[in-house]
Amino acid sequence: MSINVTRRQFFKLGGAGLASSSLAMMGFAPEPAEASIRQFKLTHAKETRNTCTYCSVGCGILIYSKGDGSKNVEQNVFHIEGDPDHPVSRGSLCPKGAGLLDFVHSKGRLEYPQVREAGSSEWTRISWDEALNRIARHMKDDRDANFVQRTAQGETVNHWTTTGFLAASGSSNEAGYITHKVVRNLGMVAFDNQARV
Amino acid sequence: MTNHWVDIRNANLILSMGGNSAEAHPVGFRWVTEAIEHNKAELITIDPRFTRTGAVAQDKAFIRTGTDIAFLGGLISYLIETDQIQREYVLNYTDAALIVREDYGFEDGLFSGYDESTRSYDKQSWMYEMGDDGFARRDASLQNPRCVYQLLREHYSRYTPDMVSSITGITVDNIQRIWKKIAAMAVPDKTMTILYALGWTQHSIGSQIIRTAAMVQLLLGNMGMPGGGVNALRGHSNIQGLTDLGLLSQLLPGYMTLANAKEQDYRAYIDKRTKQPTVEGQVSYWKNYEKFHVSLMKTWYGDAANEGNDWCFDWLPKLERPLYDILDTFERMSKGELNGYFCQGFNPLASFPNRAKVTRALSSLKYLVVMDPLNTETSEFWKNYGEYNDVDSSQIGTEVFRLPTCCFAEDEGSIVNSARWLQWHWAAAPPPGDSRPDTRIMGELFLKLKQLYQAEGGVFPDPILNLTWDYRIPADPKADELAREFNGRALEDLTDEQGNVTRRAGEQLAGFAELTADGRTASGCWIFTGCWTEAGNQMANRDNSDPYGTGNTLGWAWAWPMNRRILYNRASADVQGRPWGPEKAFIWWDGEQGAWVGADVPDFPTNSPPSQGQMPFIMQPEGVGHLFAGQSMVDGPFPEHYEPFESPVPQNLLHPGKERARNNPAARIFDEDREALGKPEEFPHAATTYRLTEHFHFWTKHAELNAIVQPQQFVEIGEALASEIGIVAGDWVKVSSKRGFIKAVAVVTKRLRPMMIGDRQVHHVGIPLHWGFTGVAKKGYLVNALTPFVGDANTQTPEYKSFTVRVDKV
Repeated sequence: MSINVTRRQFFKLGGAGLASSSLAMMGFAPEPAEASIRQFKLTHAKETRNTCTYCSVGCGILIYSKGDGSKNVEQNVFHIEGDPDHPVSRGSLCPKGAGLLDFVHSKGRLEYPQVREAGSSEWTRISWDEALNRIARHMKDDRDANFVQRTAQGETVNHWTTTGFLAASGSSNEAGYITHKVVRNLGMVAFDNQARV
Repeated sequence: MTNHWVDIRNANLILSMGGNSAEAHPVGFRWVTEAIEHNKAELITIDPRFTRTGAVAQDKAFIRTGTDIAFLGGLISYLIETDQIQREYVLNYTDAALIVREDYGFEDGLFSGYDESTRSYDKQSWMYEMGDDGFARRDASLQNPRCVYQLLREHYSRYTPDMVSSITGITVDNIQRIWKKIAAMAVPDKTMTILYALGWTQHSIGSQIIRTAAMVQLLLGNMGMPGGGVNALRGHSNIQGLTDLGLLSQLLPGYMTLANAKEQDYRAYIDKRTKQPTVEGQVSYWKNYEKFHVSLMKTWYGDAANEGNDWCFDWLPKLERPLYDILDTFERMSKGELNGYFCQGFNPLASFPNRAKVTRALSSLKYLVVMDPLNTETSEFWKNYGEYNDVDSSQIGTEVFRLPTCCFAEDEGSIVNSARWLQWHWAAAPPPGDSRPDTRIMGELFLKLKQLYQAEGGVFPDPILNLTWDYRIPADPKADELAREFNGRALEDLTDEQGNVTRRAGEQLAGFAELTADGRTASGCWIFTGCWTEAGNQMANRDNSDPYGTGNTLGWAWAWPMNRRILYNRASADVQGRPWGPEKAFIWWDGEQGAWVGADVPDFPTNSPPSQGQMPFIMQPEGVGHLFAGQSMVDGPFPEHYEPFESPVPQNLLHPGKERARNNPAARIFDEDREALGKPEEFPHAATTYRLTEHFHFWTKHAELNAIVQPQQFVEIGEALASEIGIVAGDWVKVSSKRGFIKAVAVVTKRLRPMMIGDRQVHHVGIPLHWGFTGVAKKGYLVNALTPFVGDANTQTPEYKSFTVRVDKV
């Protein structure tokens, strides 16, 4: 069987594994070419552009997932590689980034809201509604009890110092922005992100 | 970064100091090797350890941790005394010629205005002398003994090669050879780039180390130049973005600042931040502060914010102490002064100093909320893991909620890399189980609180009840809505001076020059204005063409501010607007077009001709780069070397016998934490923490592949120290500080060598930081059991990179 492979597709194949790299060693070229017997595993994958989540180089990545996006079909990420078009990373990933797939599917991923009650030595699964209701109750009780509108000298400060918030420098700008908007308008000042350390 | 990753290839010399990019930023480091291969550049590394960055360097030196200001201060003296500075640049583009007030001084290691009781300075004298015209006085001959240039020369005259050698442990030969190579970059058409990371920030003098580097770059004429700059290689994928968005205790978005309690008057608050030019005719861009501020207030409060109520100035919290930083917060928490705490993608039990104190602090909370994709150590701080986390759950009364969030692969939005590029990404799959995006969690939590305030009333509900919340699904704001919001839009038609409509109400703004101080515009983060315009999402741009061959891909993503890739790039041209050399042509003045043109978006008023005399550093009131910091730092207008708070050396060799000048005199340290500092007799070795190539912080120990390639905790110990304590490679050792201990396998290595400091031999102990008690790698000890609870005087970033330990065979 003969297929046409564009240069771009060829490089995608090249990044994909041993099978294609051994083809390259045999002089396989991006013109009419002999296909391997097995369907190439990325052929029917959905490709999503993303950015590596680790350091600040911001390497471009391509995430491959199964599922065609139709209703009742859940996408499942099964391969991640460097984006060859990216002007900084040009398709490379480092030893950290090479393990991104295992981060996505880590056994350590949390799946459900949980609570550890005072004095307990275990977690209990709870619903989102219960979790957020209880958290909101704690916050309001603390804020109403300890919010400072004026200092002893009569200065208006309108701040809340008895609850603090650490934000995530691994999250997106949009998450950071809405976090700031909410946290600051509750009056919180003990507010930092990893940039502090 | 003032410059960007690809631009490193334009450097003629690369100084890597306070960082190890080959291991911590491996793909970015390829642009260093590119410069070596194709631009004949040299790489110089200066580090306590032989690192993988050092392994490919053409020249290197080993420095005692925490002594970088001594090395760089000596370099400044060398550049001045041998007259190897970029003179035209220094004279015109820096404050070298400005005159400093008579009462500024420096004596016995202290700057004028020191108050020992508060460990702080009255900074009044740290200022230029102002003439009768209201502008700073100047001496273009640089001969006036009070001009910045002469004061700088005097300040660093003490940093002789012998003195630098005795402090840093680098031999005089090595010092002089490296200084000579750096000085060669003072010619107009050669540049050095400086790459640094947390090896510079995590010191009690961290901010001043970085300032010293910036001063060197000004003297060499390397700021604003392709292949130049001072480049912070930041530690997380969006730590730049969260800083830009102001998620720090004293900030608002776009580097605006909250008022302190003394600032009760709105007009005075604005006036103080509205920087007027201090040299005639300069741009001084912060003079527009009120436009940025009012646009933020309109974004957050909509119609509720108007001129009559000072745009709701009092709705924002005001600060009663200089900073509510994490050290201050955990000090207060450890004393029971906090009830609640949120950790959104942040693992403080692992990441904050003096882990015993952090455990004590978290145990005193009423409630803790952890939002994370992973089961972090912090979320299980109450759970007994034997020696790795030796706590009694029954004695810990903190209620802990753990909320599962999405990771990058399930998230849509933008993140900002070290080069200030906002790059958009898309979600590839739904998250596992019932995990939710942070945006939705914050949205729902806010709405629940708002409902409680609506139903029950409560204290000062105004900002909660009036906060704008026009999202399509209120409980689940989407990334595109939020990005459009921080970009900003016109609330009414905007017009030019002739009354022509330049922007219709409701349209997205194209840049922050459109912002107004009268409430007609909204923008949630002024420096991001331009990222999502009427032309669409600029952060998703994917044109990687490089029309000028400078590595400047303006069509890829979007960089703040205004898509500029090299900050201060007006300085890449001389006073007449011509490039300093053909190899360094970047932007220049085109007389025919009457505009600045070239490979980048000019960081300058586009049509301001060189004859108008505006200088390149448009954010500074003087228009020039600061060799003299004025009042912008809390610990001195010139950097000075002080010892780390825990040092193997008993005194500051620049100020022998002056106890007040041993450590940074303006750094804050709480009493209990001062008591917890070790003495050299008991803890004789210098220790430093760091990352490995195969791991990212405490995350990748949860990823199988990374756990396989680097499964087990270890510490690095030099051969001399190993033989002193009788261990061989593979033995277990216990590393202790005054605050705690870890146990790990010893890697005995030639990569760490003892150095002579004065009359004593100092060993370094290298402590990689990636292990803990959750994850799929082998369990290990959190290394911040060892580190001291003291931070940089300006930022309060903890001193993780310089402390002292002892090492025992287990």
